[in-house]
Amino acid sequence: MSAGAPLLEVDDLRVSFATEDGLVRAVDGVSFTISPGEVLAIVGESGSGKSVMAMTLMGLTRGPNARIAGRATLGAVELVSASERDLQRIRGASIAMVFQDPMSSLNPVYRIGRQIVEQIRVHDRSVSKQEASARAVELLARVGIPHAERRLQSYPHEFSGGMRQRVMIAMALSCSPRLLIADEPTTALDVTVQAQILEELRVLRQQSDAGIILITHDLAVVADIADRVIVMYAGRVVEHGTLDELFYDPQHPYTWGLLGSITRVDRDTSTMLPAIPGMPPSLLRTPQGCHFRPRCPHAFAKCMDVPELSARAPDAPGHLDRCWLEVEQKRKLRVVGDQIGLASSEPVIS
Amino acid sequence: MARFLVRRLAVMVGMLFAISLVTFLLFIVALPGGNPAGMLAGRLATPAEVHLISVHYGFDKPIWVQYFRTMEHIFDGTSYSYQSGFNVLSEIEAGLPTTLSLALGAGVIWFLTSIVVGTLAAIKAGRYTDRVLTVLSMIGVSMPVFFLGAILIYYAGYKASLIPISGYVPLSNPADWLWHLIAPWFTLSVLFIGIYSRILRSTILDTINEDFVRTARAKGLSQRQVLLRHILRNSLVPIVSLWGLDLAQVIGGGAILTESVYSLHGVGYLAYQSVQHFDTVTLLSIVMLTAFCVVLLGAIVEVLYAFLDPRIRLQ
Ligand SMILES: Nc1ncnc2c1ncn2[C@@H]1O[C@H](COP(=O)(O)OP(=O)(O)OP(=O)(O)O)[C@@H](O)[C@H]1O
Ligand code: SF4
Ligand SMILES: [Mg+2]
Repeated sequence: MSAGAPLLEVDDLRVSFATEDGLVRAVDGVSFTISPGEVLAIVGESGSGKSVMAMTLMGLTRGPNARIAGRATLGAVELVSASERDLQRIRGASIAMVFQDPMSSLNPVYRIGRQIVEQIRVHDRSVSKQEASARAVELLARVGIPHAERRLQSYPHEFSGGMRQRVMIAMALSCSPRLLIADEPTTALDVTVQAQILEELRVLRQQSDAGIILITHDLAVVADIADRVIVMYAGRVVEHGTLDELFYDPQHPYTWGLLGSITRVDRDTSTMLPAIPGMPPSLLRTPQGCHFRPRCPHAFAKCMDVPELSARAPDAPGHLDRCWLEVEQKRKLRVVGDQIGLASSEPVIS
Repeated sequence: MARFLVRRLAVMVGMLFAISLVTFLLFIVALPGGNPAGMLAGRLATPAEVHLISVHYGFDKPIWVQYFRTMEHIFDGTSYSYQSGFNVLSEIEAGLPTTLSLALGAGVIWFLTSIVVGTLAAIKAGRYTDRVLTVLSMIGVSMPVFFLGAILIYYAGYKASLIPISGYVPLSNPADWLWHLIAPWFTLSVLFIGIYSRILRSTILDTINEDFVRTARAKGLSQRQVLLRHILRNSLVPIVSLWGLDLAQVIGGGAILTESVYSLHGVGYLAYQSVQHFDTVTLLSIVMLTAFCVVLLGAIVEVLYAFLDPRIRLQ
């Protein structure tokens, strides 16, 4: 982690959508900072608001039904209130994003090469088409696409999902962004390619000192590359800490559940804990107090009030969580058998 | 591409054969006006005279012989109208420049105008401009050609003398040609603009929500670039295919009403007259022309398709 001014400062970001059924609070007061060269992982179940939060940083959730509040400052620009014109200058250049669904994220009617060249040239007209093509070949080779030169002429439908994702990553890297947001970048990929992509992210951060926001379900990927981790639940951050703090001293029962349900090769499957029981709440009607309360085996009276996101462990001032339990209690409650998990979830024989 | 052309040609021949057969059976054999020999002979003819004519024209031969003879005449240009006695091919040839001028001009106008109107309605969806355009489209779709034509001729032509009242001037005099076609082009285009712009509007509204459009915005493209390069380009396929078929119909004599209202003596006008006079030979020839145009433009549209969307393969 490098010291100095943070790259991006997000302060109490809120995003809600007016729908026919009511107000969907997709992001409910998220704050964090990220420094140059840092990898911040964001984990959480489906629908917890990860993608909405990330897209809001690029101004991509704006619309007649969206209400966006809070601040997100990148250098001198405040992204929430920035004009569309300012955002256009920032998108793809200072902040680049790799979207979640590689199958549909490329335009089916244009060749891959043209789409990468478009990204390179939109922010720098002085680059000729030939130069841009040459750079596109380099980028494709960097993300591990064989015969890059020839592949420039292919259309997206001639690529597999994994290949398309790599094209998206190549495109995102093409203007050397200061901040890269990667939304589930490795989900569609097999393990070797996944390793290759993660390596590429590492290189990016080392060479250009870019900050990376990595959204993922995969805690193994988090363990592999992240410096810090944010755990999101129903639009809120429920825990925020360094990689070690999160994995070795997790404070929030939801995090325990996530950690308990990872498949681990070093462990007998018979003691593997099941996924967290129950479903995340509807963002239209979130439970009163702690959002996790209906699924939490340790809930007590106080949980009807919303716990603040604050440092609760005296030995770790940067380690924040939203749970009313005492630290000592937590350290006891999270041990299930010989591992960390959510207590009342019975070990299953699979 | 070569394989595509060969296959397409085979399909074309097959389709023309099928269409000609059906039309022949409908028009010549199950003739609405009764026995063609009787019609040719006139009301006062004796049965013997009718029989003579029947033998002369081959109406006594088996149907398939009649079919092949009729087709032979159509294709070698020796088909004559039973009613007027004119050569059908030269009649059609005489009408074709008029019809082509009308069809191609109107085709370009309605295609381009629909793109502008449809795009505007889509980007202003739900707002005032969109509502106005919706109402205008509805009016355009439900406006009868003869009514619109009559209004234009009466007010713009007769009262205000802004446009010529009717008739066609050959292209050799370009200014007059254009002058005489403005009102017919407009009249013919209105319906199509109404339909096409609605279709384009809804296609665009679907495309806007596609993931690749979000990618385009995330690249830092301007709203105009996103709209033109990524949304509009991907929304053209449905109206291009419609355009091919409609244009084929109009060239093949489908603009019957417009041609009649403006006294443009084109293929559509010829078709209108043949219907009135039970001139089945001419009508059959025109139907063949329409079918030919539809099949040909269908193939051209397919090539355009493959160009607009590389996922579509020519086969
Ligand atoms: N434009 C919108 N209008 C209404 N609701 C929306 C809109 N965009 C997102 N949502 C809702 O916001 C919630 C959060 O969605 P989001 O995509 O951020 O989840 P996520 O954490 O990325 O989940 P996943 O892991 O499945 O990607 C979802 O319930 C979604 O339905
Ligand atoms: S605040 Fe209460 S309900 Fe929420 S996680 Fe902690 S114990 Fe469970
Ligand atoms: Mg998501």
